Amino acid sequence: MIPGADYVPLVNFPLEVEWGLMKLGQILAISILLLISLAFLLLFDRKVWAAVQLRKGPNVVGPFGLLQSFADFFKFVFKEIVIPAGANKTVFILAPLLTFVLAFIGWAVVPWGPDVVIADLNVGILYLFAISSLGVYGIIMGGWASNSKYPFLGGLRSAAQMVSYEVSIGFIIITVLLLVGSLNLTTIVNAQSDGIWMWHGFRIFNFAEFPANILVGVTMLAMLGMFFISALAETNRPPFDLPEAESELVAGYQVEYSSTPYLLFMIGEYLNIVMMCAMTTILFLGGWHLPWGSIESLGLSPFWTSTVAMLVFYAKLWVMFFMFAMVKAIVPRYRYDQLMRLGWKIFLPTSLVAVVAMGYYVTFIAPAANATVAGG
Amino acid sequence: MLATIAFYVLAVIAVISAFAVISARNPVHSVLFLILTFFTAAGLFVLLGAEFLAMLLVIVYVGAVAVLFLFVVMMLDVDFVELKQGFLSYMPIGALIAAALLAELGLVASAAVSANGAPIAIAPAENTGITNAEAIGQVLYTDYLLVFQMAGLVLFVAMIGAIVLTLRHRPGVRKQDIAAQVGRKRSEGVELKDIRPGQGLG
Repeated sequence: MIPGADYVPLVNFPLEVEWGLMKLGQILAISILLLISLAFLLLFDRKVWAAVQLRKGPNVVGPFGLLQSFADFFKFVFKEIVIPAGANKTVFILAPLLTFVLAFIGWAVVPWGPDVVIADLNVGILYLFAISSLGVYGIIMGGWASNSKYPFLGGLRSAAQMVSYEVSIGFIIITVLLLVGSLNLTTIVNAQSDGIWMWHGFRIFNFAEFPANILVGVTMLAMLGMFFISALAETNRPPFDLPEAESELVAGYQVEYSSTPYLLFMIGEYLNIVMMCAMTTILFLGGWHLPWGSIESLGLSPFWTSTVAMLVFYAKLWVMFFMFAMVKAIVPRYRYDQLMRLGWKIFLPTSLVAVVAMGYYVTFIAPAANATVAGG
Repeated sequence: MLATIAFYVLAVIAVISAFAVISARNPVHSVLFLILTFFTAAGLFVLLGAEFLAMLLVIVYVGAVAVLFLFVVMMLDVDFVELKQGFLSYMPIGALIAAALLAELGLVASAAVSANGAPIAIAPAENTGITNAEAIGQVLYTDYLLVFQMAGLVLFVAMIGAIVLTLRHRPGVRKQDIAAQVGRKRSEGVELKDIRPGQGLG
């Protein structure tokens, strides 16, 4: 942001220091927003789960149990940290810290609204993909450092699972990139600004370009579904929570963790889920744009446009999180070989075909359609 | 100023962690330090303005290759005493390779010193206004498409070779038939029996 001509700073800092302070403030704001949201998302997750099973869920701490997450937070923090005797101490402590930090740094490039983003990278989507592919380290390190059988098996399982599903997530992202022609997240969102029929997940409603919308629409709707399922597998959510399958591995890689390290693992895990919700929103559900048009079409001042855009984005995050919570509540757990089969034998070939189909559309159909429109 | 500080911090971490890769006693720690080295190298790429290469380095090497390293090293039961015994017999060839690498580094460094810090033999990047993802795409998929495809073919053949070498068909191994599992009906698996009390199935 460029200050106005009559702007007189209170303290004259060098420009770099000023920039650094501004970024620090933005980082703090986003982190605090995420942590507070997380407290209520956790409660929401449990409430949805309870509602599906005709229970009430947490309802004791605060009105409707609203403060339950905060009570849990203090319970975890005040417990004793137990480090197993044979554990590799450094790596044991490092693993939850790594998970926690990695879950946060991805949010640096997530655009909450027009110009509401900490770092508007040219390769934003690759950055997100890179950070989410690092998430496996926290789990595999935690599993190994515990020096115990169940955590180790859980860690190995999850490493294999996350690496497998990363491949199909990568190809699904490529289909979106082909349609947009940019790696920048703001550009990707703005390419979907016209309304729900331009959202990548729902291009099938774009009847203006019939019959091409059938090819794009069906492919991208399938990609949206596959991205959602891959996101479940990538974040070790039920029905793909095999790394911690409590009926087989007790709790997988986090068996030996207690107190704050466990809390860090849990926060990191949930934050990764919210991150996947954000990625789905940005890639397929139009980011901060409204279903009937762009956020700018409301005709508000820049400040209010940004504010409403953030609210829309935030609402979409909650809707996606509701989907995650419902899947946890109603789908039974997969067997490990079924999971691997789904990833390698179904998702990988399908997403490859989708990449070819989108490439064909972008090269041959879309230019032809534009030429007809331009020609008359 | 910030960029200079960032460069020195990243460079020092990269050198220290690269040294720790070979000096760490525990192979798992070695791999973790290797990951740190990759990561700082990606940071240096970002400082050079090559953010696309940096992200690829993190995705491919840190996100996939190093995970496999870690996977294998954790599964191996390494006997350190045995490893140390074989050390001397590998010493000459190891020293030879190290000397060659050191000489190469020395040559590069001396060239850099004699040029007084000016870049040698690097064409100044033309500011054409395209992002470096587009620039790399231009080079790989337009200018040198044939070479790129041939390199891909070589890798593909190598991959098939590795699969063929490790593929074993053993007789008498029970395999899953997914279609049969999915196509199973309730009537084939569950049978309702009316059991009278005190008589059992008889």
